[in-house]
Amino acid sequence: MDSLHHVLAPFGPQAGHVHALWMLTLAVCGLVFAAVLAALLIALMRAGRGNAQSAPDLSTVGRPEPGRRHAVAAALAASTLLLLVLIAASIFTDRALARMSTDGALRLEVTAHQWWWEVRYVEPQVADSFITANEIHVPTGRPVIVTLKADDVIHSFWVPSLAGKKDLIPGRTTTMNFRADREGVYRGQCAEFCGSQHALMAFFVVADAPERYQAWAAAQRSPAPEPPPGPPLRGREIFMRSSCAMCHAIDGTPAQAVRGPNLTHMASRGTLAAGSLSNTPDDLKRWIADPQQIKPGTYMPATQLSSEDMDALVGYLQTLR
Amino acid sequence: MTDSAVPSLAIALALAMALAGCEREMRRFETPPDNQASPSPQAPRTSSLQPAGPRDDPVRLPAGNGQGYEDNAYSVSQGKRLYRWYNCAGCHAQGGGGMGPALTDDQWRYGSEPAQIFSTIVQGRPNGMPSFGGHLNEDQVWQLTAYVRSMSGQLRKDVAPGRGDTLQANEPEAARDPEPARPGTK
Repeated sequence: MDSLHHVLAPFGPQAGHVHALWMLTLAVCGLVFAAVLAALLIALMRAGRGNAQSAPDLSTVGRPEPGRRHAVAAALAASTLLLLVLIAASIFTDRALARMSTDGALRLEVTAHQWWWEVRYVEPQVADSFITANEIHVPTGRPVIVTLKADDVIHSFWVPSLAGKKDLIPGRTTTMNFRADREGVYRGQCAEFCGSQHALMAFFVVADAPERYQAWAAAQRSPAPEPPPGPPLRGREIFMRSSCAMCHAIDGTPAQAVRGPNLTHMASRGTLAAGSLSNTPDDLKRWIADPQQIKPGTYMPATQLSSEDMDALVGYLQTLR
Repeated sequence: MTDSAVPSLAIALALAMALAGCEREMRRFETPPDNQASPSPQAPRTSSLQPAGPRDDPVRLPAGNGQGYEDNAYSVSQGKRLYRWYNCAGCHAQGGGGMGPALTDDQWRYGSEPAQIFSTIVQGRPNGMPSFGGHLNEDQVWQLTAYVRSMSGQLRKDVAPGRGDTLQANEPEAARDPEPARPGTK
């Protein structure tokens, strides 16, 4: 999945504000660092010289240097002033972010699990709500309010091109908001070490034009399509009869478990296992046959199937668009 | 201590530690074929409760008594992971019981022998225990059985899990004292 994951490339107002603050901080700190280095260089050049034969002139060491009080006072004043500038900029950035309009916002509820993301689209009508995993679709230009929860340990929600980080803490609910102004796919990542597969806990934010988003949301609300007769139909039976149905839900079928990601429209997602694999039939087979090989410790047990059964099962899962 | 004594002391210490590790377990690197002797599926399911698609095909009863699983620390720890992954804790909690009966005590409604626990898992039991026969493979059922037995301290301490992958409210299985199991009580 081609996606943007660039800390210094903001594509939304939230990330833009944070980026501006960061640039200011970089400039101020760079200036101070350069000034300190320059002062050090000057001091080194003015220091008394010696060589192997003669000792350096240390006669001035014990005496206070005349006329340097002003320099110290000026440096102190400049440091205080620059620090105040940074504090003020930080406060203004925070205010600007807090005052951004959230009128007509899209509401999402993201629950982090070891090691995947559950995304619930919260609509005013409960029947309109739906659940996806590891992929967040949003309309461009519309604010998004994300409610963050964690299922097991502390995770952190981070889409660097759209907004800053926010922790997801078990037993606590936090919120953040962002807005994507440009269409594109933005990569997100868990930013708090949360266990052995922390690095393989990615997600994607897909920003689409509002009409395309609406079409996508309507498709996600619909239950899984009836598979065509033949191997896909048999694949569904295998799904229901084996251990798959013990953890996963597919809307419109008897599989309703919520331990693992909802698979109702899994074939429409770009990746498998939270960005670990691309969503191709071959990778899907590898993943089902031995998930522990790909993501050791993941809460998905291996499922032993004959190769015909595996083909039928993957054929069925491919129909879940 | 002289300098020359240090290397020989280190070697002696390493030897002692290596010797202490020798008795830990007989590691098997393949699945013990414990159920292959059982001829064919023949036992009926006791419970019609099942995840998603119900199956009414008969299940295979255990041929042995879980030999090879209960003395293998890997199998038991794998059973511990399956216990969480398949959400056994949803009913039995971490062994203390909840919607389902407790598993850490000496009260066994349908028997505490490994073969009886295997049957309970694959056939299901009245009043809520679903039948998982066919939903899990038999290797996994044996691993679960071994782990369930470790919850009440029935296994050797060097085989029972000494830690968990996730938070656990009670003491590790390896630290539990065996409760005298009374098959068939209650």
